[in-house]
Amino acid sequence: MDAIILQILNGLDKGSAYALIALGLTLIFGTLGVVNFAHGALFMIGAFCAVTISRILTFSHEVVDETRTDFLGNPMKVDVPYIHSIVGQNAGDFMIDWAVPLSILFAIPVMIGIGVIMERGLIKHFYKRPHADQILVTFGLAIVLQEIIKFYYGANPIPTPAPSAFRGSFDFGAFLGMDANSIIYPYWRLVYFAFSLVIIGAVFAFLRFTTFGMVVRAGMADRETVGLLGINIDKRFTIMFGIAAAVAGLAGVMYAPINSPNYHMGMDFLVLSFVVVVVGGMGSLPGAVLAGFLLGILESFASMSEVLELLPGINQIVIYLVAIIILLTRPRGLMGRKGVMED
Amino acid sequence: MLGMTRKDAMMLAIVAIVALLAPFILNPFPVDSGFAQFNAGYPDLMQRFAIFGIFAIGFNILFGLTGYLSFGHAAFLGVGSYAAIWMMKLLTTNILPGMVMGIIVAGLFALVVGFISLRRSGIYFAILTLAFAQMSYALAYSVLTPITGGETGLQLKLNDARVLDAPLAPGERADANLFGIDMTSSYDLIVGGWQFTFNAGYYIAAVVLVLAFYLSIRIFRSPFGMMLRAIKSNNTRMTYTGLNARPYALAAFVISGMYAGLAGGLMVAMDTQVGPERMFWTASGEVVLMTILGGAGTLIGPVLGAGLIKYMENIISKINSSILHEWFYWMPDGLEDFVITLIYPFVGKGWHLTLGIVFMLVVIFLPGGLVEGGQRIKRLFESKKARKTSDQTTPAE
Repeated sequence: MDAIILQILNGLDKGSAYALIALGLTLIFGTLGVVNFAHGALFMIGAFCAVTISRILTFSHEVVDETRTDFLGNPMKVDVPYIHSIVGQNAGDFMIDWAVPLSILFAIPVMIGIGVIMERGLIKHFYKRPHADQILVTFGLAIVLQEIIKFYYGANPIPTPAPSAFRGSFDFGAFLGMDANSIIYPYWRLVYFAFSLVIIGAVFAFLRFTTFGMVVRAGMADRETVGLLGINIDKRFTIMFGIAAAVAGLAGVMYAPINSPNYHMGMDFLVLSFVVVVVGGMGSLPGAVLAGFLLGILESFASMSEVLELLPGINQIVIYLVAIIILLTRPRGLMGRKGVMED
Repeated sequence: MLGMTRKDAMMLAIVAIVALLAPFILNPFPVDSGFAQFNAGYPDLMQRFAIFGIFAIGFNILFGLTGYLSFGHAAFLGVGSYAAIWMMKLLTTNILPGMVMGIIVAGLFALVVGFISLRRSGIYFAILTLAFAQMSYALAYSVLTPITGGETGLQLKLNDARVLDAPLAPGERADANLFGIDMTSSYDLIVGGWQFTFNAGYYIAAVVLVLAFYLSIRIFRSPFGMMLRAIKSNNTRMTYTGLNARPYALAAFVISGMYAGLAGGLMVAMDTQVGPERMFWTASGEVVLMTILGGAGTLIGPVLGAGLIKYMENIISKINSSILHEWFYWMPDGLEDFVITLIYPFVGKGWHLTLGIVFMLVVIFLPGGLVEGGQRIKRLFESKKARKTSDQTTPAE
């Protein structure tokens, strides 16, 4: 029993990342009909937003501390972040500690900006071209973005710690009335899961309960008619592209403490996220979210030692295997609508 | 000639001559000149030109003709490589059985993958092939370690069985050969400051490349090739005329898989080792880049694209900041540093950035690749000439 709960929990954080990226991919595909291979790069840029903010906050200058001495007896030089002299020592330390959550504020406008520029500058010209061309140009863009990040931040993963308040682990076993220490789960992963639920909820609420969202949904169903009604649907779709980029970026920001950001993390997630989108059903938002969590949990179950004894190596291939089976037996995916990209 | 039109025969002849004279063409700079690092005429790189040329030609038969975008072609290359190295470990260090086995095994694997993947098209086909390739990669990396050697891969060893070969004399190494011609043996011709290397392995790869190119010309011009083009241009109409498109697409898929297997076998023949990273999806992406960059659906395009990318990979990545300083030493100091900071991100380790940008520009402005670019330039000159002659013929008022 505890093993099962542990695997479900383990699957949740990866599943959350899959779900968020797949949600963004589906938003772009559903609105603009574009297959965006650069979406993983947006996730990666999000993670590097967190890196950037934590670097800016810890940007320091050397100060001679007269009260302490180094081993030679001279006054010691200490690195003091500039933030201390701006907001004071306590507030400064607090901000440095909470760098990752603070980056969210920075990442939202940046990611929306990148998304809008991408759509207006590049993707716009590819609506009438075949899907293969869209895949290729966004694939090229992904390489370029990835290399730019690599140039400025280097090729090595950059550890970006979570706030110290969330650094420990939560004892789920004791919480559920089982033996203490039977199920231990890092706090930050719980935070990530909750965060992803909030984002997913926000996106759905935005589409469901606002006029803007209603127009966008109408446009997804029948773009031409909405346009004929005198609504500038292109502009709204551009904004949706920005929002999709922001969703991917936020997923990346919060993922930074779980997995130290490196320049190719986006590509690693992208391939799996595409599989998730296809399993969930091309163009279906709930499908993308559901499939994201399901495949995340499935992957973590497949890496249990009992399963691995029975079917060695299954943890590496289970997602692809499921995707192949789904595509062949139910081409429109779990929750895909009839007629959307079925051929 | 050989079942080809004059134009195709000319193209084949040009490819053959360029392949034959490659050691001269690729080494235009004397050894001790400052430009010697642009010389690409060393055996390792020339072999890679030929091998990736074959790989891209094969990919083009699938993508260029039928329009099915496979994102998992490296799997066939990897499978071919594994088959070839097992032949060399078990039978003989002669590369011929290895290459044949590479083709056969890759073809069978492509038959299975293609049979399943071709039930879907478009983006779904791309993802299915990607899924198969990633699965092969993951399996080769983990579970299939007894067959694939896992992370370390496979190499030729002294104590391999090799039932057809005489036992090795002490101190002798097991080298890949073709009936006694060692793949690594080469002859250096020194003319003045120039050095030209003629490598046995390269010439064998080049002969295979020319044969592969000839076969692809025949496929392009055959009724079968017309069928494949029909799949790309209008699959529905083809079905309405009572033709089943899938067997044709499957045949194209298997043929291009066999080309990949051949390339894999050659890779093992030149450099007797295999690792699973050969099947990673970035390797599949690379062949897509090559084909698009050169010109998908054209005969010569993939070979050009493969050559260009491999050249960039080996030459641009070698340029570092000290070489840049050497080049721009004549500029005023501030300007020199400025120019170098501008160029630096695009060379050396950053060559992928150049590749990505070039690739995007090609997809945006030249969907037909370099070949289309060449044709446009040609047309530009021709139309200018035509306009001039028409100007002369119109009588002046």
